[in-house]
Order: sequence, then C-alpha cells, then structure tokens
Amino acid sequence: MAVGITGYGVYVPRYRIKAEEIAKVWGADPEKIKHGLNITEKSVPGPDEDAATIAVEAARNAVSHAGINARDIGVIYVGSESHPYAVKPTATIVAEAIEATPNLTAADYEFACKAGTAGLQACMGVVGFGMMNYGMAIGTDTSQGAPGDALEYTAAAGGASFIIGNNGSEAIATIEGTCSFTTDTPDFWRREMRPYPRHGGRFTGKPAYFKHVLSATHALLRKLKLTPQDFAYAVFHQPNGKFPVQAAKELGFSKTQVAQGLLTPKIGNTYSAASMLGLASVLDIAKPNERILVVSYGSGAGSDAFSILTHDAIEKKRKNTVPISKYINQKEYVDYSTYAKYRGLLVK
Amino acid sequence: MSVARFWREIPSRYNLIGSKCGNCNKIMFPPRFICPYCRRTGKLEPYNLRKKGKIVSYTVVHAAANGFEEQAPYTLAIVELDDGPSVTTQITDCNHSEINIGDTVELVFRRMGQDGEDGVIYYGYKGRLLK
Repeated sequence: MAVGITGYGVYVPRYRIKAEEIAKVWGADPEKIKHGLNITEKSVPGPDEDAATIAVEAARNAVSHAGINARDIGVIYVGSESHPYAVKPTATIVAEAIEATPNLTAADYEFACKAGTAGLQACMGVVGFGMMNYGMAIGTDTSQGAPGDALEYTAAAGGASFIIGNNGSEAIATIEGTCSFTTDTPDFWRREMRPYPRHGGRFTGKPAYFKHVLSATHALLRKLKLTPQDFAYAVFHQPNGKFPVQAAKELGFSKTQVAQGLLTPKIGNTYSAASMLGLASVLDIAKPNERILVVSYGSGAGSDAFSILTHDAIEKKRKNTVPISKYINQKEYVDYSTYAKYRGLLVK
Repeated sequence: MSVARFWREIPSRYNLIGSKCGNCNKIMFPPRFICPYCRRTGKLEPYNLRKKGKIVSYTVVHAAANGFEEQAPYTLAIVELDDGPSVTTQITDCNHSEINIGDTVELVFRRMGQDGEDGVIYYGYKGRLLK
C-alpha cells in the first residue's frame, strides 16, 4: 500500500561559524577549504541545545503542519548519531514533549547520516501495513568533528521530522517507492566512549558515498521505471557542498534540479537531518504533481532512495509551515572561542 | 534535584500543563491541587497553556549560577503568558541588548541542566524572542 507524507517540520539552530573563522585557527587557506568543500558556514547548536531539543522543535512544527492530534501518532523513530544519552531513548523525550504519550511505540535509530531515513522506511512499513495511522520519523544531530579535522568545517546541527500517514486527501505527497543499497564499508566511525569520529579521508568518496548513493538511485529508477528527467527536484545526502553536485552530475541530474535541496553550503552537514532537511526545503516551495528524488547516505555504509510525488494538499497546508528559510536566515555568527565553549571543547 | 521530582514535573516543564478551575475559570501555573479562590468548591482540571507571552520584566545575570557559566551573561525574565499566569524563565538565543519589556516571546524546549556528567538531563521551557 502506498503511503504519504501528512506533514513535516524542521529546525536549525541560530548560531553560525564561518569557514574562514575555523581556517584561521588551524592556519589553513580559507579559500581552498571553501572551494574544496563548497561550504561557506555551518550551524552551531546553542549551549542549551542537543539532538533531543532540536528533534522536539522539528516534531512540534511537523504536528502543526500536519494538523493532526499528536496522540494519533502510533510510532516515533528518532535517528541520530548524537543522542544525548548512550542508554535512554531520545524518542521518549520527543513523544512526551509533543504529547503523543503513552499509547505509542518509540525507538532510537543509529546509522551515521542515514538514521533518519531508515526511520522513515520503518514508518512506511508500519503505516503501510495498517498497524498505525501515523508514524513520525526524525533525523536530528549535533554532530561532532575533532578540532582541526576536515570534518570541523562541516559537522553541524539541525533536525527534520516527517509524519507518515495514509495516502488520502490529507497527504501532501505520496512516497511512490524506496530502494536501499547497503554494504559493510568502514569509511567513518566513532568507537564507544570516544568523543570524535574518525574517517578514511579520500576513502569516504568513491567506494563509500558515490558507490552507495549511485547504486541506490539506479535501483530505484529501475524499480519505478523512471529517468532523471521525470523528477523536478533531486536531493542527495550532502556531507559537503561538492559530493551531492557531483553525484547528481554522474546520474544525469542538472544543477537546477539539485539547487533547492542543497543546504550544506549555508548550514553545514546536519548528518541524520541532511537529506531530510533538503527534502523539506523542496517541499516548502514545490507545486502539486512534482516528483522529488531523495537519496540519503550513512557511513558504514548505506543509502536509502525515495521517489516522492506531491499533491494538491501541499499548497493548502503551506500556511501552517515554518519554512526552513526562516531558520536559515535568522542567524548570529560566533567566533571560534565561543564555538569552542558552546561545543564543550575547552578543558576546565 | 531527585530524578522522581523532575519526572513528576515533566508535564508542566515540557508542555506548560497547568490547571483551570471549572468553578471560577481561573487558569493557574504551575498546576495546583486546590483552587486558591474557590477552595473546596473549586474543580481543578489540567489545562494546556499556550506557549506564548510578553516580557514584563527582566534582569541580566553576569554572575552565573552553577551549570550556567557557559551561558553568561544571560537573561532571566518574568513572562506573562497569553493565558494569564506569569513564569520566570531564561530568554535563550539572544543578546541581552536585543530584549525590551513588552517583547513577545514563545516558549521553546531546551536543556535546563544536568545532574553531573553521568546524571539525568533536565529539559524544560525557555523563552525565545518572537520575530
């Protein structure tokens, strides 16, 4: 049974740090970094924010956009690689904060940057099978990059929440299909009790990101008998501003198809939220009957590809949306020392 | 704060659930068990207060309380909620120079503190200027 998106909500913290500011500290050439990664700045979570608070604001926005009673949500899955607790679910905090408790099931997901879309697929199954009327999938992160590591220029914070429901008149879009491509590829990892992840440098590119993103996309296009020309928009996971543009080119998508969903140059890599925020950015402006490709990527490694077709309700519900542009434009720059304080990098 | 005490207050800390008296219709926050106006004739029911209000007064804290050192200087404000009751709350995501009495704020979900590095994390409401 086809399922639809009933509503969505986003959140991006207000603070930003420019690539120049980070480059200055480590003696790097800012222009080289900005050009090499296609990034200008990244979001920074405030000192009172974490993956749970970010998820809650995105989830509250999603409930008001969907126009449903939160108690009708039967399942909440929260995907993140920065859950505030090692043991104790973020999903219960979110469920309580949107007043969806107690008659629901909830769990946390983890799969590097694609934990959110893994939750989305699980919600599709639960709702499609008729177990629940509505499911909520969230991708949220306050990602970590070791000081001085290349990741520090991109590791950012943000969250997106999608409510999956049946494919009736209240759906703003149908999820036409999904395909995944998964292998054991150790391109990026963080060991237990370690504060920062490590990665394989150039190995994160061709055998990791590109292999999985391209394969999942090809599989979906074959399954649904579609070509890149059938899509108005395409959103790819965006660990930097360069990879998604290159993946789009290799797959035969134009820069115009990718532009609206490409947020990393302005807010950095929001990890589990990245492809979902890209989709939200597209849904903020999409017209009815437009097809959107969304492909996530999580290191370790796997990609989930989705084909989404918008409906008339997208325009009807738009007045209830808090658009991502609002969060992107309301910003305050911090210097590296404030960033270090907010991210807990200082030893006291 | 004990875990149980924090846990008991989750509905009001997360979602601003107060009380409304079915007899005199007054709205109270934090929730009460007895209506101070109607006493034994009062009929208190849980009531979801709207998460919006106006700043009535504020102060800027430079000598931060324990656990808030990283946020200094920060603003504490008395916010009169649209439903009537007032709450004392931190105003987050702003420089104190931006704040004026009469500004509209929304109450958002933030970390309030934690019981040490291995203790429970406290979440609750903070004000954020509505622009």
